[in-house]
Amino acid sequence: MSTALPPMSQRGFLRWLWRQLTSMKTALILLFLLAIVSIPGSYFPQRGTNPILVEQWIADYPTFGPIFDSIGLFDVFGSPWYSAVYILLFISLIGCVVPRLGVHWRAMRSQPPPAPKNLVRLGGDTFEVEGESDAVIQNAHAFLKKNHWRTVIGEDPDGSRWVSAEKGYLRETGNLVFHFSLILILVGIAIGGLFGWRGNVIVREGEGFSDTLTQYDAWGGGRLSSAENLPEFSFTLESFNVEFERDNSQAGAPRLFEAKMVVDRPGEEAATTHLVEVNEPLVIDSAKVFLVGHGYAPHLIVRDSKGQVVLDDAVVFLPQDGNFTSTGVVKVPDSDPQLGFRGLFLPTSAISEELGPHSIFPAPDDVSVFLGAWAGDLGLDGGVSQSVYTLNVDNMTQLGLESLRVGQTWQLPEGSGSIEFTGFERWASFQIASDPGKELALIASILAIIGLSLSLFIQRRRVWVKVGQVTEQGSTSGVKVEVAGIAKASGHDAIEQVDNIVETLKGRNVS
Amino acid sequence: MNYVNSVQLADASNNFVYASMVILFLAIISFSVSFAAGRRRVSPIEVSSRRVLVESSGSQVHETEVELTQLDPGRRTANIGMSLTCLATGMLLVGVVLRGVWAGRVPWGNMYEFSISSALGILAVYLVWSTQRDLRWLGLFVTIPTLLTLGMAVTVLYTESAQLVPALKSYWLVIHVFAAIIGGGAFTVGAATAGLSLISGKGWFTQLPPREKLEGLTHKIIAFSFPIWTFAVVAGAIWAENAWGRYWGWDPKETWAFITWVIFAAYLHARSTAGWKHQKASVIAIVGWLAFLVNYFGVNIFINSLHSYAGV
Repeated sequence: MSTALPPMSQRGFLRWLWRQLTSMKTALILLFLLAIVSIPGSYFPQRGTNPILVEQWIADYPTFGPIFDSIGLFDVFGSPWYSAVYILLFISLIGCVVPRLGVHWRAMRSQPPPAPKNLVRLGGDTFEVEGESDAVIQNAHAFLKKNHWRTVIGEDPDGSRWVSAEKGYLRETGNLVFHFSLILILVGIAIGGLFGWRGNVIVREGEGFSDTLTQYDAWGGGRLSSAENLPEFSFTLESFNVEFERDNSQAGAPRLFEAKMVVDRPGEEAATTHLVEVNEPLVIDSAKVFLVGHGYAPHLIVRDSKGQVVLDDAVVFLPQDGNFTSTGVVKVPDSDPQLGFRGLFLPTSAISEELGPHSIFPAPDDVSVFLGAWAGDLGLDGGVSQSVYTLNVDNMTQLGLESLRVGQTWQLPEGSGSIEFTGFERWASFQIASDPGKELALIASILAIIGLSLSLFIQRRRVWVKVGQVTEQGSTSGVKVEVAGIAKASGHDAIEQVDNIVETLKGRNVS
Repeated sequence: MNYVNSVQLADASNNFVYASMVILFLAIISFSVSFAAGRRRVSPIEVSSRRVLVESSGSQVHETEVELTQLDPGRRTANIGMSLTCLATGMLLVGVVLRGVWAGRVPWGNMYEFSISSALGILAVYLVWSTQRDLRWLGLFVTIPTLLTLGMAVTVLYTESAQLVPALKSYWLVIHVFAAIIGGGAFTVGAATAGLSLISGKGWFTQLPPREKLEGLTHKIIAFSFPIWTFAVVAGAIWAENAWGRYWGWDPKETWAFITWVIFAAYLHARSTAGWKHQKASVIAIVGWLAFLVNYFGVNIFINSLHSYAGV
């Protein structure tokens, strides 16, 4: 209970504040706080992982959305209040363990404390053995040394000699290693945050990618990372294999994703072929290439009113559900008037009243596209950058809707041209990431587990052997021996250790 | 594997799981009878001293046993409960192994499999611990949550065995989930002892071990499971780095694993803080277990997470 009021002087106040911050009770409260403030991060969608869901949430709750957004509920782990809690916790941690370093260092170099006067009061064993006191002491000492106890031999004023032994220093060592490892993990995370980067790119089958900033669909890096130092490589996505479960209750669940990639690196003579799968990224220098998604790209040919081909390409459509009902946009700026299409790609087509056109299986068993056509101004000339996945129809008029199967052509109304659906390709999306802090975080995590185990499983114990006055019994002479021990942690004892010593001293006939 | 064989394996696995549930139910009845009988009995210290008297009086072995049963009326039924628990564990082990053979992989690829494996984990932690000390009094409070877990598994979570989704095809599935199962099983046993420490000596619960003893046991089991849980989290991070391109991304499952970890870290700190060692620490242990449950069921069922896999 901190009933003590803070002292009036400024230095005294600061000292009081520091003591409060580094106390165990504060650490406890901060740990609880850390647990509590993490909870909203699991409930609300987070900008870092799911920015689209965040926007949707804010749109769905126009009153609370912006309020929650302003207090950081959609970016909990980067919010000032979250940072405040863990920074305070780490200050508390440092303030707690740094002074213990010195204490432990001295304890490890100092000798065990002398034996207490009265061992019997500690619940020790008393017995007599034959032999001289010196031999018994040496015997006990040798036994303790062999079992890795730290020992010291001494003598009481009354002439009885003793061995004092201590064991279990690794408990505190482990505890300190654990806490310092936590700091190291934080450093590893910080290095990753400052110097790391990640980018996303969608590549169609047969298409290539080279590692420069302009080729990425999205790229983000830490404050000290540089897009100029990306590892030099390029690859071509030769083929992409997907298999889906067809048989049982989990029909449609993915069973295999496999991207066959031909990778070119400067300094290497021949290009190498790699298979990249979900759990098997491609490692290039400090970066890793992960397969994170895939989808379909319908191949469309658009002709203008004169029959000239103005677009002949596979257009990337983004999957919207587990059965790969995919949406996409086709923009044709080179025709007059400009044409735009909003489309649905259905690998296995179905229509229902509720869902409209949708896909009922992710594999391309019964492919079709549904297209809505617009003519007018795409709005591309204004200099405002547009997403390739949205069509601005403010200055366009709708021409109609049509569904096409592979090989079919739709003659657009009013002689605006035609669009032909010739087939489809697959695309794969890759995340290319570099996190220079991850090795440090891993090493620190391993150290933390080792330190934690040591601090929880090792017990610190002290034992003493005391040899008293000589006893005479007929022709043989013996000595009175006392053995006792304690464990530092409550709930533990040194009974087993004491028994072992007693057995050793009794069992060996010291002559 | 042909179709008939695989159906037989599936049926056999399910039958063993059902059989273990029936036996577990009988074990619960035995432990309950023992518990109810124990309420009328004299305090454990008296029992032991009288037992010494009986044994030292030189009477025959048969008589001694009768005497002991009279003194400690719950003893025999507790032993029956213990045997039934062992049997149920064996049955469940066979059920889990058959499930793995059927699927051709480790039997924790979906929530149903994870649940039956976790139930096995709870029983395994309890029985292994029982070899080191007399934990018959704890049987009732371990078998009940285990049966509930199995009940949830066969009713709500049941899914046909199937191959893994690509994200789960990794040897880290074996390591990460195994550590989570053992750590979670030990947290469950710890929550049982922590809960009992709060009610020991009150009302119905006079025959339980004394509060301090239960608190010590809770500390021991959590000190055992905390490093395992830490390892499970780190192994998960290594796997996540390999599969998703980042070792930590605050996915809800990761977040709740972290919350669970922080609460149990708080428990261990509370155990060495004056004024927090006893009831408060036990409450923290229970809260930590609740966080584990949220992570285990809640995240998969209620929250959209990367860990929400096939069949819940």
